[in-house]
Amino acid sequence: MEKLIQQLINGISIGSIYALIALGYTMVYGIIKLINFAHGEILMIGAYVGLICVTTFKLPLIAAMLIAMVVCAILGMLIERVAYKPLRNAPRIALLITAIGVSFLLQYIMLYRFSATPMVYPASITGSFGSIQIGNIIIPVIRIVVTVVTIILMILVQIIIKKTKLGKGMRAVSSDRDAAQLMGVSVDRSISFTFLLGSALAAVAGVMYGVMFNVSPMMGSSSGIKAFTAAVFGGIGNIPGAILGGFLLGIIETMVSAYISSSIKDAAAFAILIIILLVRPSGLLGKNVREKV
Amino acid sequence: MKMKKWFIALVVLAFVATAFAGCGSGNGGNGGDADGETIKIGANFELSGAVAKYGEDTMEGIKLAVEEVNAAGGIDGKKVELVTLDNTSDSAEAKAIATRLATQENVLAIIGPATTGATQATIPVTEENQIAVITASGTADNLTVKDDGTVNEYIFRICFYDSVQGKIGANFAADNMGAKKVVLISDNSNDYSMGIAKSFKETLAESWTDVEIVREENITAGDTDFSAVLTNIKAVDFDMIYAPVYDTEAALLIKQARDLGIDAPIMGADGFDSASAMGEVIGMENFNNVFFTGHFAAGDPMAVDFTALYQEKLNKEPNGFNALGYDLANYVMQACERAEELTKEGVHAALLDGSTFSGVTGTFTLDEFHNPIKSVVVNEYVQGVPTFKARVEP
Repeated sequence: MEKLIQQLINGISIGSIYALIALGYTMVYGIIKLINFAHGEILMIGAYVGLICVTTFKLPLIAAMLIAMVVCAILGMLIERVAYKPLRNAPRIALLITAIGVSFLLQYIMLYRFSATPMVYPASITGSFGSIQIGNIIIPVIRIVVTVVTIILMILVQIIIKKTKLGKGMRAVSSDRDAAQLMGVSVDRSISFTFLLGSALAAVAGVMYGVMFNVSPMMGSSSGIKAFTAAVFGGIGNIPGAILGGFLLGIIETMVSAYISSSIKDAAAFAILIIILLVRPSGLLGKNVREKV
Repeated sequence: MKMKKWFIALVVLAFVATAFAGCGSGNGGNGGDADGETIKIGANFELSGAVAKYGEDTMEGIKLAVEEVNAAGGIDGKKVELVTLDNTSDSAEAKAIATRLATQENVLAIIGPATTGATQATIPVTEENQIAVITASGTADNLTVKDDGTVNEYIFRICFYDSVQGKIGANFAADNMGAKKVVLISDNSNDYSMGIAKSFKETLAESWTDVEIVREENITAGDTDFSAVLTNIKAVDFDMIYAPVYDTEAALLIKQARDLGIDAPIMGADGFDSASAMGEVIGMENFNNVFFTGHFAAGDPMAVDFTALYQEKLNKEPNGFNALGYDLANYVMQACERAEELTKEGVHAALLDGSTFSGVTGTFTLDEFHNPIKSVVVNEYVQGVPTFKARVEP
């Protein structure tokens, strides 16, 4: 029982990181029907920005995270402006390939600059969290922090999307771009804002991932693909779906390596994904909407 | 169709390459004799590129050993001359340099390269020119053995091979630590880790039947979250973890284990020999009760004189590559001294004569597969500083 609870905590904490990243994938897909493969790289750059802030500039972790959010938000908007906007009316495959190109570009720039050797947040920061003990269960505090921060951010995102003018614009563009434009919604601004929001969330995920584990130029591709899976799992384009998908993927992965074998955790997680998509092609919470012809 | 064209192009390229390689060795027949005044030894090392650190550190030890011998009058009155060339951490370049040393520089033997891959690339050159290549740090199990199980006649090494460390790990766990219940964690994406884990298990099964492996777990290189695996381990009753994995994974594994309240000793192989990188992750004050097998320890009683000499001459503490380089040079120079005639054939014969060598990384003779049978150092991390713990016989 104790082991089960401990494993659940492990799964939820890694799942909350997946969920944070998955939000970015799903929001961008919702609004411009693009699988933004560069999203994982935004996370990676966020992790590096945070690391540089705490090591070179000796800033506290909170400040480092805020700076990483700002840098990534700007970077996300910039990528959209430069690489995606000119292709908005091009065939969707061209956009997809561009996204892959941007992803590799960022990855290899960072590889060139920082080399493949993983870097870590200083032990003075990572060690300062410690662990708490409840009965026989020991929980590293960082895992609680990650989960709580994720939940707070998710509530914030929901409020922004549901209550603010920009959020309403996003939803309008997402459901019908032309109609939204006719109603006076600025499509460009709505799309930019989507990238801003998604990238800022990825930056938070990147910094938290870095504090928990390590930072390397390739970190975005592995956690990015997991988060993308989580988004599809929950129903791509659907925000609560991305959150659910993220948590579920984290828990499934942990349970498989806990009770079956750690060497097949990814295989098992993806097998479950395939089964779910066979049964529900639009994902767990996705609506089965027919594409307009 | 396109594939076919590529294939043809590749075949043509391969032919051209072989033809050129043939040309290169054409003028090699006459070489090998010392020119009467000096004894020439070729050094083929990674002095630039990705693993330049290995080559540079090894060369430092080599130069020190050669200086010492020359200062004491050389070998049979002849000075030893090193012909040092940089293979740029590139296997193809390592092969080209081996050819040049054998055919143009007429050296008696070649020392280096430092890595397994580059050393393997020189095998065809050694056979064509009948010249010995001795490495100090190529540790892959199959380096000295051909695919059909016979020995690579001209390849030698003075370091342990990877899976020996599994044997040493098992002996140390059972004998020195008194472990009875061991958890084994290996990285199933790399041969190094799997090979060591295999020999660890075999040694326990053969020699230490009272020691039980209570749980086996796998990780994959590149993984960063080991909490699921560690939570599993926590639920079983054990007294030691053996985890022959590389430093990146090892550091995260140790940190996360300690965070989850697992205080048991954790042992690994020379993948753990990375004090500063691992210390950064784990934090120096928490980096305790971790053991690893290695080539050399500065605190080893066998190496006291060498450490003092290094301090005096170069004003620093020697590392494992320095020590291996020092032993490598001495080992080859002693073979030159024993050789009946100073030719590459003579030196090769001397390497095979079964003599015992006593160096700063251990005392050994070579077995039939040109691997040294020597004791291995076990270090313990105390507050992040690797500290000599014991010498363990294989």
